[in-house]
Amino acid sequence: MKIVYLATAMACAVAAPAFAQSTIDKPECIAPANPGGGFDLTCRVAQTGLEPHLTAPVQVTFMPGGIGAVAFNQFNTNRTDDGSAIVAFSTGSLLNIIVGKYGAFDENDVRWLGTAGADFGAVVVRADSEYASLKDVMDDLAADPQSVVVGAGGSVGSQDWMKGALLMREAGGTPMQMRYVAFDGGGDAIAALLGGSIEVYTGDVGEMVPYLESGEMKVLATLSPDRLAAPFDQIPTAKEQGYDVEWTIMRGFYMGKDVSDADYQAWVDAFEAAYATDAFANVQAERGLLPLNLSGEALTASINGTMDELRAIATEAGLIK
Amino acid sequence: MDTVLSGLATGFAVALDPFNLMLVLVGCFLGTLIGALPGLGPINGVAILLPIAYGLGFQPEAALILLAGIYYGAEYGGRISSILLNVPGDAGAVMTTLDGNPMARNGEAGRALSLSAVASFVGGTFAVILMSLFAPALAKFAVTFGPADYVALMVFAFASLASLVGKSTVKTLLGATIGLMLATIGIDANTGVARYTFGIPDILAGIDFLIVVVGLFGMAELLSLVEHQARGTLKSLPVDRSFVRMADLAQTKWTIARASVIGFFIGILPGTGASVASAVAYGTEKRISDTHGTFGTGDVRGLAAPEAANNAAAGGSMVPMLTLGIPGSGTTAILLGALLMFNIQPGPMMFAQRPEVAWGLVASMYIGNVALLVINLPLVGLFARMLTIPQHYLTPLIAVLAFIGIYTIVGNPHDLFMITMLGVFGWFLRKLDFSLAPIILGFVLGGLFEDNLRRALSISGGDWGILVQNWKSVLLYLLALLVVLVPVVLARRARKVAAA
Repeated sequence: MKIVYLATAMACAVAAPAFAQSTIDKPECIAPANPGGGFDLTCRVAQTGLEPHLTAPVQVTFMPGGIGAVAFNQFNTNRTDDGSAIVAFSTGSLLNIIVGKYGAFDENDVRWLGTAGADFGAVVVRADSEYASLKDVMDDLAADPQSVVVGAGGSVGSQDWMKGALLMREAGGTPMQMRYVAFDGGGDAIAALLGGSIEVYTGDVGEMVPYLESGEMKVLATLSPDRLAAPFDQIPTAKEQGYDVEWTIMRGFYMGKDVSDADYQAWVDAFEAAYATDAFANVQAERGLLPLNLSGEALTASINGTMDELRAIATEAGLIK
Repeated sequence: MDTVLSGLATGFAVALDPFNLMLVLVGCFLGTLIGALPGLGPINGVAILLPIAYGLGFQPEAALILLAGIYYGAEYGGRISSILLNVPGDAGAVMTTLDGNPMARNGEAGRALSLSAVASFVGGTFAVILMSLFAPALAKFAVTFGPADYVALMVFAFASLASLVGKSTVKTLLGATIGLMLATIGIDANTGVARYTFGIPDILAGIDFLIVVVGLFGMAELLSLVEHQARGTLKSLPVDRSFVRMADLAQTKWTIARASVIGFFIGILPGTGASVASAVAYGTEKRISDTHGTFGTGDVRGLAAPEAANNAAAGGSMVPMLTLGIPGSGTTAILLGALLMFNIQPGPMMFAQRPEVAWGLVASMYIGNVALLVINLPLVGLFARMLTIPQHYLTPLIAVLAFIGIYTIVGNPHDLFMITMLGVFGWFLRKLDFSLAPIILGFVLGGLFEDNLRRALSISGGDWGILVQNWKSVLLYLLALLVVLVPVVLARRARKVAAA
C-alpha cells in the first residue's frame, strides 16, 4: 500500500501544474459487502453515473465484514486520507453507527460526500389480505398491538424493524409491543408473507416493482414524503392517509475524515455535474433507485438531522441508553 | 405443458449459441476447480466471477449462464477434496467426507470420484427436469413452508442424524452442543442483542459456515498430517486405477433416487441449502440401509447419498429464485443481485418478460449437467493422482489454498485467525476422539432451528401450539419418530430371528 501511495504522490508532484486541484487519479468505490448486494448496486451507480465527470473510470472493490463495520473502521484508522476512495453507505449504516455496531466511531468521523439515490419504505400485504388500506392495519394496531404479525428481513433494531416501530408508535403503542418476526433477508420475509406466516411486511418500494404487475401482493402505503412517480403513482403515501410515518433509505458515499478539501471538492463537483444530467437519472432508474440528489454540505446537514431523529427513536425503543 | 416446451425451445436456442455454450463449459470447468479447492465454494466462485462478467460487458443471459455454470460446477467439485483429502471443498460437501475419504484410504479414490460424479449428475439432472416441469407449483408450495414447519424439518434432521453417534454418545452430544454454541455467536435477530461477540465487530454477523468447516475439518486435518509426518507414522496411500462399476450403480440406484428427492425438496425451500440437504439425505440413508454398520467406513451408499442430494439441492434452490425472486441459498442470493446489476428485475414476471434469460438459464443447466459428467469422468484418474504428491508438498499447498479461499470470502484477516484457532481446537478434539461431524451439524442445524423456533413463537405470540398446527409439521414429526424407531425395532426383530 505504501508503494502505491508513494507512486501516487510522485505522479501528483510531476503532474502538479496540470491537476493542482485534485489527486483523484485512481477513483475507487468500496462496497462494504459481497458482490451483488445493495452496496454493490450503489457503487455501480457511481461507476456508470460519474464516468463522464471523472478523468478515470471508478473501480469497484469489495470489503465485506461485520455489516459494513470493517470498512467503516478501516477508513477511520488506516485510510483516513485516501482521496481516491469513496465508500458506499445506506441509512442502515447510519443506524448501525447509532447502536454502536460500528465501534467507537460516529458520523463525525467521516466526510459525507454524495448520494446515489433513495428508496422508500413500503407497507405490503398479500393480495387477498383483509387489510384494504393502511387505516385497517393502523386501527388493528391501535386496538391491540399484539393482533398484527409484522415481519421483515432485518433483526430487531435494523431499519426494516424501524419501519414497523414507527407505524406502531403512530398507532399509539410502543415499538417493543409489536409482534415482529425477524427474517434473514427480504426474500425470506416475502416468502413468509406469500405463505401466510406474517400479515404485514415492512419492505422497500424498489423491491416491489416485479410484484406490482404479477399481483401477488399489494402495497398499502409508501413511506415517502410525497407521492412517487410511475410505476408507484397509484400508491398513496402514509401521510396522505393521515399517518405521519416516513422512511427514506438513502444510498450514498462517504470518505475518510482527513481527505484534503481539494480532493473532497473534486468529488462533490463530479457528483453535482452528474446530478444535473438526464443520464444520471436514467442510471438511478435502471438500478431501481428513486431520485434523491444531495452532496457535500447539504448531505452532511441532512445526515445530521437524520441521526438526531434515529437516535431519538432508538432511545425510545430501548436500543440505546 | 406447451409453454414449458416452447420455453425450453427458446432456452436451448439461447444456451446452444456457440458463445453461450462455451460459457457453460468454461463455467462448469472453473466451477469444478473452485469447488475442489478447500475454502473456495460456489458462493466465492460466483462472487469472484460476477464483477468480471459485469466488467466484460456480457449479455445478461450469457453472464447468468456463466455464473450458474460455476455454481453447479462448484457443487460438483466440492466432493473432490472431501474424498481425497478429508477436507470438504465447500459447505455442501461435509457429509461426503464421511464415506468418501475412507474409500480413498482403502485405495479406491478413483471409484469414489467416479461414483460421486454419476450420483451428482443424476441428482442435478433430476432437479432440472422437475424444475422445468413444475417450477411455479413447486414455488407456491415452498412459500407455504412457514417457520413452524422449518422447526419440524430441523427436528427431523436431528432425528435422522442421531444415527451419527460415534464411539461415545457423550462425546457426540458434547460435539453437537459445541456446534450449537458456535451458532449463537453474533447479533440475535429477534432482540438485536450481540451475543458472545466480546466487542469484536468482525463476528457481529456470526461466524460463516465455511470458516467453521475449513477450520474444524481442513486445518485440523492438516495439523494431524503434519503431526504424523513429524512422527514418521504417515501411511502413504496406494495409487489406484479403480473406477465405478455397474455393481456400484445397481447397489446405489435407490439411494441416489431417494437422496435426489430429499435434496431437491430441501433445496427449493428458501432458507435451507445444500448443506442441510446432504446432511438429511445421509442421515436418512444410514437409517434406512445401514444394516451392517458399514456407513462411515467407505460404504458406496454413504458416498452417493450426500452427492446426489447436494446437486439436487443446488438445482432446487433455483426454483424460488426464478419464479418468485426469492433466493433459496446464499449463492442464488448473489445470482439475484447479478440480475439486478444487469437491469433485470427477478421475480414472478421474469419468465414472461425475459424468457431468453430465464429459459436460457434452465436449458444451460441441462447442458451443464451433461458437460460436468463428461468433464469429470476422464479427469478422475488425474484427480486421484493428487494423492501421489508427497505429503510435504501437498500439506503446505492445501494450507495456502485454504487461507486464500477463506480470505476471498470477505477479505478480512480476522477470518484467518478464526480458521487457525478453530483448526487447533479441532485437532485437540480429534486427539480426544471426538467426531467433528456432530459439531458442524449442530452449527448449521442449530442456527436454523433457533431462528425458526423464535420466529414461529413470535408469530403465535408465544403459543407453542403453532408448532403442530398444520399437516406439514405433524408429518415431519411423525417421520422423525419413524427414523428413530424403525431401526430399533428392526434390530430387535433381527436379534429375535437370530436367537430363534
